[in-house]
Amino acid sequence: MDMILDGILKALCLLVTLDAEVRDITLLSLAVSSSATLVSLVVGVTVATAVALTEFPGKRLLISLINTGMGLPPVVVGLFVSIMLWRNGPFGFLGILYTPLAMVIAQALIATPIVTGVSLAALQHLPKDLRLQILALGATRRQMVWILMKEARLPLLAAAMAGFGGVISEVGASIMVGGNIKGYTRVLTTATVMETGRGNFEVAIALSVILLLVAFAVNACLTWIQQRRRPR
Amino acid sequence: MRPETPLLEVSGLRVYRGGVKVLEIPRLTLQDREVKALIGPNGAGKSTLLLALARLLPVTGRVLFHGRETENGTAALAYRRRSAMVFQEPLLFDTTVFHNVATGLKLRGMKGRDIRRRVGETLERFGISHLADRHARALSGGEAQRVSLARAFAVQPEIIFLDEPFSSLDPPTREGLTADLGRILAETGTAAVMATHDRIEALRLADTLLVMRQGNIVQEGPPQEVMNRPADAFVASFVGMETVISGEVEAVEEGTVTIATAGGYRLEAVGNRRLGERVMCCVRPEHVTLSPAPPASASARNRLGGRVRRIEPLGFVHRVAVDAGFPISAYVTTPALQELSLKEGSFVWVSFKASAVLVFPVETTPALR
Repeated sequence: MDMILDGILKALCLLVTLDAEVRDITLLSLAVSSSATLVSLVVGVTVATAVALTEFPGKRLLISLINTGMGLPPVVVGLFVSIMLWRNGPFGFLGILYTPLAMVIAQALIATPIVTGVSLAALQHLPKDLRLQILALGATRRQMVWILMKEARLPLLAAAMAGFGGVISEVGASIMVGGNIKGYTRVLTTATVMETGRGNFEVAIALSVILLLVAFAVNACLTWIQQRRRPR
Repeated sequence: MRPETPLLEVSGLRVYRGGVKVLEIPRLTLQDREVKALIGPNGAGKSTLLLALARLLPVTGRVLFHGRETENGTAALAYRRRSAMVFQEPLLFDTTVFHNVATGLKLRGMKGRDIRRRVGETLERFGISHLADRHARALSGGEAQRVSLARAFAVQPEIIFLDEPFSSLDPPTREGLTADLGRILAETGTAAVMATHDRIEALRLADTLLVMRQGNIVQEGPPQEVMNRPADAFVASFVGMETVISGEVEAVEEGTVTIATAGGYRLEAVGNRRLGERVMCCVRPEHVTLSPAPPASASARNRLGGRVRRIEPLGFVHRVAVDAGFPISAYVTTPALQELSLKEGSFVWVSFKASAVLVFPVETTPALR
């Protein structure tokens, strides 16, 4: 019991005094995961829109592949990105393994299917005649897509949150392609794993509390958006 | 634009779905200011035809607007920007009524002050100015469909396509909207093609009735002609074998009106209508009595002599079509038919009560009638 209590006290201490190392780790976590989410939003929403608005053979298969991808294990992505970026791998010449950029790439790969899947569901959930109605009002194809996205803006925001929530809490890929290098690629999850391994529970707890706070903030936003539904 | 060019001219229009032909329209024209009603059972292709005419579906064949092609990208967009469509569902956007009605204008690049003025005028015209700041999700069904109509009319289309716009509304709401739509179509001179299930709605609004079945047009003509002279048994069964007579209110007494019909006949009907109002009279065949001599009963206020044109067996009853100056039909049971010894060409008295005459106003301008 004392250990946990001490841990929490230490954690609060680290938080209140704004420990420089903890601060940097947190900021890097936010930076890497936000960048990855941004990339996944651009790719995911584009793909989701294209899939939702066109009919082609194999569309259902593609949709189930995307939905399967929503549960892509981070370690598998980590392995894949590691191989790709390995010194004598296909993209080894870039020399970016064990950098924050490699972590952004891995996390973007994890978040993209999540964002795509949720966005696709959101767009497909819109009334099927809505597209025709928008075109009938004189919209170009681009204007039509823009209005559709505005109509699905709340679920699309939820897609962004889901993607972010997925990668901020992910550890496998980050440790594999980032390497948990102190002051360079160490993020909240990888640091927690390391400190726990070393028996430094106070620090581990402090890092976990911060991670929980970030997760809570994301979920609070999500819930707030969902509860903001207007009368029907 | 030459005056003889129709507003819309369609030829060889075909729509395929999954390799199967679902619509074939060899020829169809829509004149300036004309209101066409499409009727037909579910799956007859009414919605498909509307979407094809509105260029919202891939089609083969030609759709000429003011005599010009609407096929390629820019022409199709230009055409879509001069027409509008309203669906059965209001399909409003997740924003206020004002912004919903402004959408089409914004898409056309109209700016702030002009948008406010045009939206204001349109809301006023549809009697929904008070709803401007209301969120679209907080509207009743009738209000939402009014907003949807306003959104379509705000862009001042030359043609409006209406896909059963009132079919999910309750009767009083539908009644109000039908009357307003008729008034606004006449005021704005907008041509319209409207799919409907409601024959009365079709009669009230339309200059031309178009009956569809299995992706084809089976009959097209003025409502009276289609109702009175159905082209085949299908049309007859679908439009109902009603007698439809147009006329003008000549006298108004307490609770009853006298209507002068086109052929110089007078009909008495129960109802409140204005003097001089243009109306359509419907008489259901089951309300018409045939007799060899003028009926003695005083309640049958409408009595006319006529000749039997055709007798059709319909199971338990026969439909007897009589020419009494205008075509009128009656249902007669088999024993009664024998008793009256009716034959095609024989003279007969036709009578029906004033309460059997259904009178409703004609909403459109009489220009095309």
